[in-house]
Amino acid sequence: MTARVAGFFYRRPRLGLLALLSLPLAWLGLVYLGSVAALLLQSFFRLDDFTGLVVRRLSLDTWRSLLQPANLDIARRTLVMAALVTLADALLALPVAYYMARYASGRIRALLAVAILLPLWSSYLVRVYAWKLILAREGVLNWTLERLGLEGLLQVVLGLPGIGGPSLSVSPLGTFIAFVYVWLPYMVLPIQAALERVPRSLLEASSDLGAPPRVTFVRVVLPLALPGVVAGSIFTFSLTLGDFIVPGTLGNSSFFIGQAVLAHQGTAGNLPLAAAFTAIPMAIMGVYLIVARRLGAFDAL
Amino acid sequence: MAGSGTAVRLRDVRRQFGDVRAVDGVGLEIEDGEFFSMLGPSGSGKTTCLRLVAGFDQPSSGGVELFGRPMAGVPPWERDVNTVFQDYALFPHMSVAENVAYGLRVKGVARAERQARVGAALDMVRLPGVAERRPSQLSGGQRQRVALARALVNRPRVLLLDEPLGALDLKLRQEMQAELKALQQRLGITFLYVTHDQEEALAMSDRLAVLSHGRVDQVGTPAEVYERPATAFVAGFVGASNLIEGELARALTGASAGFTIRPEKIGLLPPAAAAPPASCVAEGRVASATYHGAFTRYVVEVDGALLVVVEQNRDAPQGELAAWRGQPVRLAWPRALNQPLSGP
Repeated sequence: MTARVAGFFYRRPRLGLLALLSLPLAWLGLVYLGSVAALLLQSFFRLDDFTGLVVRRLSLDTWRSLLQPANLDIARRTLVMAALVTLADALLALPVAYYMARYASGRIRALLAVAILLPLWSSYLVRVYAWKLILAREGVLNWTLERLGLEGLLQVVLGLPGIGGPSLSVSPLGTFIAFVYVWLPYMVLPIQAALERVPRSLLEASSDLGAPPRVTFVRVVLPLALPGVVAGSIFTFSLTLGDFIVPGTLGNSSFFIGQAVLAHQGTAGNLPLAAAFTAIPMAIMGVYLIVARRLGAFDAL
Repeated sequence: MAGSGTAVRLRDVRRQFGDVRAVDGVGLEIEDGEFFSMLGPSGSGKTTCLRLVAGFDQPSSGGVELFGRPMAGVPPWERDVNTVFQDYALFPHMSVAENVAYGLRVKGVARAERQARVGAALDMVRLPGVAERRPSQLSGGQRQRVALARALVNRPRVLLLDEPLGALDLKLRQEMQAELKALQQRLGITFLYVTHDQEEALAMSDRLAVLSHGRVDQVGTPAEVYERPATAFVAGFVGASNLIEGELARALTGASAGFTIRPEKIGLLPPAAAAPPASCVAEGRVASATYHGAFTRYVVEVDGALLVVVEQNRDAPQGELAAWRGQPVRLAWPRALNQPLSGP
């Protein structure tokens, strides 16, 4: 029986392909793209301020209200945070990935891989709340700094406008620290993959041609790691753009895009404005992905 | 062509990886301007020796000297040698011109001179018009030439080549052999060439060293190594050889010492002909005869031992080869060509 079915599909390769792909394609097409289309359509409706009901007639009113300074501020804040988190993750991940790909052998390499992957197997919420406890005024970090006599330094940092706050757990700096931590594995893995495909002979050739290690790193290692960095940055950047848990748990009262979407579609009931807000990260990531593809980032995934 | 003095000297060099002795006491002196090959099977330590000269690896004991200067602790980027890698090791993110210019660039050579020298180097390896392409857009043979140009543009005093033709097909390999040899003679720089291909080593080298198990078995000119192999290993690895020992050796020479004799030195005697003076003469039966185009290869059984005999096909072959099977034949060769065994 199975042989007969196999023979049937062997003689009709196109039909076999269709059977394999139709279900996942239907899922992707209808459920995913369909809901994105519905979301975009929603952004062209508007909320009637008086009745609190959504008016299902196409207009640009919602988009106009999106462009208010307060909303643009939210978008700008989120973008700056995403860019800084990406930069910090890239700087932290490069040496780790380089060490893993180039020097670490057997056991140490496996140990490092587990150390990087292990946090991903626990709930992200748990890890964010753990940071809340670490960064809180009564938390481990404060306690340690006090013992070291460095609480003055912390006060200076917390006093900086735009970064600080009453304590690290309710400041943009705290949000930044937690973001950098939770997305770091997504940066290390693609950079390591990219560096592992660089044969040792390339580095030897560079030194053979007269380049000391520093020059080899800048001229050979970094350019070949770049696709991995870009691939990793797709994760860190897009995940930061849409996140509402980290700034909600560790931030001050200033909204990020994710929080704004959550608030507008939930308590405010302004589904059209929430939909319009989601268009910002989608547009940014669209451009980002096109640039990333040009740089060959998808070969490193 | 030949310069003066020693370009590369290895003094009792050893390199151990864990329990494995990759290089086990190698001593070599390579003259300036010489085309010197290191020939051996894989695992014989030839590539490790090359890497020790380039500076990618340090000897466990012993020393490497370049032009009389000890190289202990001198990193690769401060050595006056360049390497052509087996896998070419071209930088994939750079164009051909950028690849070739790399060495000049990191040494701070001015742009105008750089461009002139890169152009000249690409002309020298007969690769004009590909400067702006990426290595991935080139054929294997072209990549090989780029790798060569990238090394030679730096005007090294010694060029190290690690099986540079290994990945090319036969026809291209033969072309490149002739070209490399001509280039070396024209430039007059020392070539240290690693290969496992004995024909390549014989055809190209001024001198060669045969390595096995991390040791040098023999050093000499191609003719010396081929005609007077020092050990049974060299006799078997460089060309084919008949190894004759024991009773048969006593019957042929009157002494029990073993010796080797090359297949092409042995002649098939016509039935009635007398053997020339001072010959070894053996009688046997043909076990097989194989036609190879330029020559025919006979395996002849003599007193239970199998001897290989190679005859050039100067005329078109007569009759069926299959008819040779089981035929009694007489073999003869000049006694002076017997090569006594000295080593293991």
